[in-house]
Amino acid sequence: MSLLEILRFAGRGVTTNKLRSALTMLGILIGVAAVILLVAVGNGSAQAVNRSIEALGTNTITVSSTARGATTPSALTVDIAQSLRDSALAPDVRAVSPVVSTAPTMTHAGTEHPVAQFLGTYPTYFGSSNSPLAAGAAFTDQDVAQSRRVVVLGRTVATELFADTDPVGQQVTVGGALFTVVGVLAEKSSASGFSDPDDLAVAPLTAVQQALTGYGPVNSILVEATGPDRVDAAQQQVTQILNQRLRLPAGTTATGRGGGGGAGAAPYRIQNAAQLLATRTETAQTFTVLLGTVAGISLLVGGIGITNIMLVTVTERTREIGIRKALGAPRRTILTQFLAEATMLSVLGGGLGVAAALIGSRFTIVGVQPVIVPSSVALALGVSVAIGLFFGSVPASRAAGLRPIDALRYE
Amino acid sequence: MTLYLVDGAHRATEAPDRPVLDIRGLTKVYGQGEATVHALRGVSLSIAAGDYVAIMGSSGSGKSTLMNILGCLDVPSAGTYRLDGVDVSRLDDARLALVRNRRIGFVFQSFNLIPRTSAVANVELPLAYAGVKPAERRRRALAALDMVGLAGRADHEPNQLSGGQQQRVAVARALVTEPALILADEPTGNLDSRSTEEVLAILDQLHAAGRTIVMITHETDVAARARRLVTLFDGRITTDVRQGGAR
Ligand SMILES: Nc1ncnc2c1ncn2[C@@H]1O[C@H](COP(=O)(O)OP(=O)(O)OP(=O)(O)O)[C@@H](O)[C@H]1O
Ligand SMILES: [Mg+2]
Repeated sequence: MSLLEILRFAGRGVTTNKLRSALTMLGILIGVAAVILLVAVGNGSAQAVNRSIEALGTNTITVSSTARGATTPSALTVDIAQSLRDSALAPDVRAVSPVVSTAPTMTHAGTEHPVAQFLGTYPTYFGSSNSPLAAGAAFTDQDVAQSRRVVVLGRTVATELFADTDPVGQQVTVGGALFTVVGVLAEKSSASGFSDPDDLAVAPLTAVQQALTGYGPVNSILVEATGPDRVDAAQQQVTQILNQRLRLPAGTTATGRGGGGGAGAAPYRIQNAAQLLATRTETAQTFTVLLGTVAGISLLVGGIGITNIMLVTVTERTREIGIRKALGAPRRTILTQFLAEATMLSVLGGGLGVAAALIGSRFTIVGVQPVIVPSSVALALGVSVAIGLFFGSVPASRAAGLRPIDALRYE
Repeated sequence: MTLYLVDGAHRATEAPDRPVLDIRGLTKVYGQGEATVHALRGVSLSIAAGDYVAIMGSSGSGKSTLMNILGCLDVPSAGTYRLDGVDVSRLDDARLALVRNRRIGFVFQSFNLIPRTSAVANVELPLAYAGVKPAERRRRALAALDMVGLAGRADHEPNQLSGGQQQRVAVARALVTEPALILADEPTGNLDSRSTEEVLAILDQLHAAGRTIVMITHETDVAARARRLVTLFDGRITTDVRQGGAR
């Protein structure tokens, strides 16, 4: 009997038992699609986190206040920020931008938009935070000195308020004050997962203080080092100056995770982009592992489903194998047929699963644009095809080894 | 057809009275300990080419057990079985498959059709394993179904056929390869008198064409059609007589 004929027999076997074939393929399909898609979601969110941190700039240091009360003497002020700009004590600091942050509602011609971050800062912020402008121009030091009410919009804010028209030169109302739009930031990333980095507006520090926040302490200070390799040195220099200014005992440290409570803890937190990246990447990895586990479980459940269907049909198929043997089918022909059947089912199911995952990955899922990990495709496909092949062919090979009469009597 | 050529070659080199089937001291024991069943207790039988043998005996006397061994579907616990002078226990799986496919047409007591597969596909199966081309296969399968009066039911699946119709599909499947040896385990067990007559007519034809036939039956008038009547009782042959045959 030729191989082609055996394959035709296998095809007939698949189509004859439609329900069984469909269920088997469905089990494999779901397992494969779930693994690929969930891993892709985890990977997508990790990449989004990386992108948003890279967008922040890699040679920046963020000093943020941890003091609760806004007017406590230890809080960060514009004065303190300016003291960091010291070529003798802090030679590795290139730029310092104090930042006040609020979240008001912006309006233009009846359109409202609650902006996520409305920042008041210095023009150096644009360079330090790696935020180039797409249209118009940034405000200047002069604007800051004169508290001019001008504002640079993030992509999201611009689209929300102005739709397709050019916002530059238009006016927006923020908390009762009129601001003139002078520029629009370039888009940072399409979808970042947790928060939209384009949902912000940046205005001169003094203007924001005057119109919105008052002349209190600032929320954070963005420090730019002279180069990526000078970040650590700059961080040390900044820490020293801050400790001096805030009259903290020498040696007080306030790096990323230490900034909670406890004796000798500083009232501020200082983090560089690398640390930020590490923390967030860790979170994203945990997320991916979690999703991977869920996916693995669904693959397992799919596998158990397949196994169950295969085992239920063993009795019937063993009898069928007995009949075929009695009619003179050689063992090898039977094995080839059943192996081909199992291969068709699992490869077809796996292929459809990959297709389903590829289609699914084109949509954003819970705000994350999934990014397919090739190795997860190989793994999911490999495991499910292996399960399909194993449980499809092992009972068959056992039955093919039986005497025809024993296979016929199998119950 | 190759089958006849092989047959011819055999006949040319063998003594004319050389038996096709030859069994010596065959026993079959099922189970162990308390549950041991001696289905066959030493059966010796020799059947010549072209003979037409009926086997009778009460239920549980070991008829099916004997038939399964003759059909190379089962192996005896002890004793020898020679088919065309060849000791069957020496044959490997591939050769046994060849013997079952080319030499023997087996009709099961319980039909054993493949479920959810059309009658004609069931009948085609032995031809497929013999390597016959699909078109030729279909033609011969339809001819065999026509012979048992089921041409109109070719596309029906087993569960759409009556017991008697399934039985006749099973007979057609055994005949379709035109085997030299036909082993039928109660081929008329589920049939009415008219269908029984049809099936017996087919067996008569095959006998006339020189095939060797061994048939199990419970009915004396069916057994009367054979040339030789063997009676089994409790795993032993009690009588073995030649008879004229009804026609
Ligand atoms: N697989 C088996 N395991 C154990 N005992 C068996 C098995 N097959 C048959 N037997 C026993 O062997 C004996 C002979 O069985 P067999 O099927 O050969 O009877 P039979 O003559 O064909 O009967 P019937 O006319 O009812 O078909 C019976 O007692 C039966 O119980
Ligand atoms: Mg029986």
